[in-house]
Amino acid sequence: MKLSLTINGDPYRENVESTQTLLGVLRDDIGLTGTKWGCLTGDCGSCTVLVDGRTVVSCLQLAAQVDGSTIITVEGLAGRGRTMSDLQDAFVRHGAAQCGFCTPGMLVAAEQLIRDGIEADEKAIREGLSGNLCRCTGYNKIIDAVVEIAATRG
Amino acid sequence: MAVTQATSDAHSVVGKRIPKLDAPDKVTGATVYADDMRIPGLLTAAIKRSPHAHARIVSIDVSKAEALPGVHAVIHAGNVTQRSFGYGHDNEPLKSRKVRCIGDEVAAVAAVDAEIAQQALDLIDVDYDLLPEVDDPHAAMLPGAPVIHEELDIEGNVSMRWDFETGDLAAAERDSAVIVEGTYSSPQAAPAPIETHVVIADFDPTGHLTVISPVHMVFMYRKELADCLGLDWQRITIKQPPVGGSFGGKIDIDTHDFITVLLAKAAQRPVKLALTREEEFIGARTRQPIHFKLRTGADADGNITFRDAEVVSDNGAYNAWGSHAMLVAMNTVTSLYQVPASRVRSAVVYTNKNYGGSVRGFGNPQATFAVEQQTEELADALGIDPIAFRLQNANTADSTTTQGLEITTCGLTECLEAVRDRSGWVERRGTQREKFRGLGAATYIHVGGGARIYGSDGCGAMIKIDDSGQVALISGSSELGQGSETVLAMIVAEEIGVPVDVVTVTNSDTDVKPWDVGVHASRTTFVAGNAARLAARGAKAKLLEAAAETLGIAAAELDIEDGMILRNGDRDTAVPYAKAIRRRLLREQSSIIMSSAFYDPPTEKQDEGFIGNISAAYGFGAHVAEVEVDPETGMIRVVGLWAAHDVGRAINPMSCEGQIEGGAVMGIGLALTEELPVQDGRFLAPNLHDYGMPTAADPPRIDVTLVETIDPEGPYGAKGIGEGGIILPPAAIANAVADAIGIRPREYPMRPWKVVDWIQRNETSTVVDQRTGEASA
Repeated sequence: MKLSLTINGDPYRENVESTQTLLGVLRDDIGLTGTKWGCLTGDCGSCTVLVDGRTVVSCLQLAAQVDGSTIITVEGLAGRGRTMSDLQDAFVRHGAAQCGFCTPGMLVAAEQLIRDGIEADEKAIREGLSGNLCRCTGYNKIIDAVVEIAATRG
Repeated sequence: MAVTQATSDAHSVVGKRIPKLDAPDKVTGATVYADDMRIPGLLTAAIKRSPHAHARIVSIDVSKAEALPGVHAVIHAGNVTQRSFGYGHDNEPLKSRKVRCIGDEVAAVAAVDAEIAQQALDLIDVDYDLLPEVDDPHAAMLPGAPVIHEELDIEGNVSMRWDFETGDLAAAERDSAVIVEGTYSSPQAAPAPIETHVVIADFDPTGHLTVISPVHMVFMYRKELADCLGLDWQRITIKQPPVGGSFGGKIDIDTHDFITVLLAKAAQRPVKLALTREEEFIGARTRQPIHFKLRTGADADGNITFRDAEVVSDNGAYNAWGSHAMLVAMNTVTSLYQVPASRVRSAVVYTNKNYGGSVRGFGNPQATFAVEQQTEELADALGIDPIAFRLQNANTADSTTTQGLEITTCGLTECLEAVRDRSGWVERRGTQREKFRGLGAATYIHVGGGARIYGSDGCGAMIKIDDSGQVALISGSSELGQGSETVLAMIVAEEIGVPVDVVTVTNSDTDVKPWDVGVHASRTTFVAGNAARLAARGAKAKLLEAAAETLGIAAAELDIEDGMILRNGDRDTAVPYAKAIRRRLLREQSSIIMSSAFYDPPTEKQDEGFIGNISAAYGFGAHVAEVEVDPETGMIRVVGLWAAHDVGRAINPMSCEGQIEGGAVMGIGLALTEELPVQDGRFLAPNLHDYGMPTAADPPRIDVTLVETIDPEGPYGAKGIGEGGIILPPAAIANAVADAIGIRPREYPMRPWKVVDWIQRNETSTVVDQRTGEASA
């Protein structure tokens, strides 16, 4: 079946199988490999993307169900090109990325929390990001980066 | 964060909070991990695994799988050339006669896509003859237990024994006022990196093999690959892609690496194997459960008199290198604090379970859980504050332990004081029982200056400075995400006197990089750092010679600071270094500014009696945990965790904190939730939903103190810190639980239902007071 998607501001028309996940379409068909997979069961959050302003674990999302949607992946967080958003820059400065494998999903989830107006409060942000596993950092530095940007954008 | 600075010497790069060099790519999704690579003609691999914990393989029929269109290779022990591998050569990539745990590999396929590969697996018929299985190591040692490795000349399924004794144990026992005894157990746990194993192998038409693998002992991997599969190791290139976490899980060669190469050979096409999350749990290496029966004594003045440990390490179906976790566990029993007499009698036992590997901390969290609980049990029995008791018995600088560990620098006292003061220990410990709150402490000793397990513990480094002034470091060591690349670049920049952003690091290709043992044992900053520093020294001398020639000034008068060549320290006439060397580099008959070095720490392998100084420096640390226990549900919440670590020198304090915070949260997971429960050899929860990895909402903010002791052998005084964070939470949290509710945890993870059970059984310490002859339990 044919899908029309707007991904990171660009239009895509993709022929997909009805069983394909959004993760598969992004990574295998379109080549946006910034979005990662860690479990394919929706537990780790590495594949988190934004679909019409909602966070979605793309490994559990059938692509056919998001026809016509506007999608943002980690590659589109800063608008266009190889630049960094304030949040991405904060992740770099705070040392919030170690192996970097959870980072794309973590950034996308954090971006949406901030857009939804989460307070610059450690506890709230810890709860808000509890769907994204990180094995390297112990979360301190991720939380610091998100709290900082929630405060400055707030 | 607080830094206890031992010295105030100024550095321009070392000691700065410099963001990781690879972070901009990682936050923009640009980093290309193995599964992100797009390779023409790539086939997908899948492994047929045993559903049985112990069975004889009667027959394997692959004819239907081979006939499936799109299948390019089907392999099994009967149609490949392979030898056994692993410590003691007790494992085969593809099992030929028997399977010894669920997940054991019996066949594999390479096909054009994952769907066809899966269909092909389903078409492989394996006929098994089931054997009795044993998943408990104590049962495995009993007469009549199922024999797991008939081909080995061993008894009771015991693959190795690690025995050590020093001092007069009987006299030490007589001199003890108080003796504590108890048993302490740990679970099978998993490193569980978020990225699973992904391996790509490709033979070119001439037979040269390239393997893309996240392994971090790259050169030994190449050797073992060649030895096991009968390949020419001079014709193998190993490339390490960016690694999405390892924690020891990806350290060395494993069945899936061999299988991917065998498939590429059979298919004559590039092949990729990506383990699923379930396979990552059942088919990749785990942290071995270790069971301790421990006794510790102290005299009436509060001096530790002896430790006596009987240890059973349940390493599962094969040794891998996990059998050697006992080496580290033994160090803790004999050498944490000053212990005049000690004995360790231990057995590494085969069971029909997924087998242990070299997971972060390597035996030390398990040992420290036993040793440090008894430290607090003893102190309490003597009526001495547990931290005061530890300070009294603490290891000191310039001392040698009974196992021959030569401690040069030691910040254990400073670490203990830091966590005591920052947690409010003195005022608060033992005062919150009515709120079911408590504080507990723990400390560790761990290698921090390499670990001589193999003949060499060395690492090579090369530096090239080109006409642009770019400084290229080519290091034998690899980056796993921990930030070692950045630390090495900082060391080179500091040593040469250039800004860190002109330094590049190449460390991922065996065609290019010099030899290194690999990333393990918290050794990279220390060993690879020293190699990089030595190479940088050589490069700097050559750079100054080149500048001297161009400028017509004697090299002895020149130095370089922040990228400027200074004559006798004069900043007014300073010349940018790249400008000063360019003319010389590009002229005829020029030479390249290049320098190489190999650093092997001044250490020794332990002898047959397990005595020897295996590391050039030792790391120390102390944690205090605060918990709140719900006595109804048994839920334990960690509400505070204070961590102080002797890092020698914090080359990059932000990276040190990252290692400690990440390790501590992994340790909290171990303490409270993480385990791979097994029933009759079957994993009950091989997925991230049930495994119990901490989320952001679970742990408290980790409070980190970096203690600097400036080690004389470490680069700029640094010692290793990669594993320290994970060692202590199980012990510190158990001690905090004891403070909160008066119950002594005997095992972790401390799951709620176990805590409820302990409360009902009123589990406390077994203490013998030899002064009164009274025993209490």
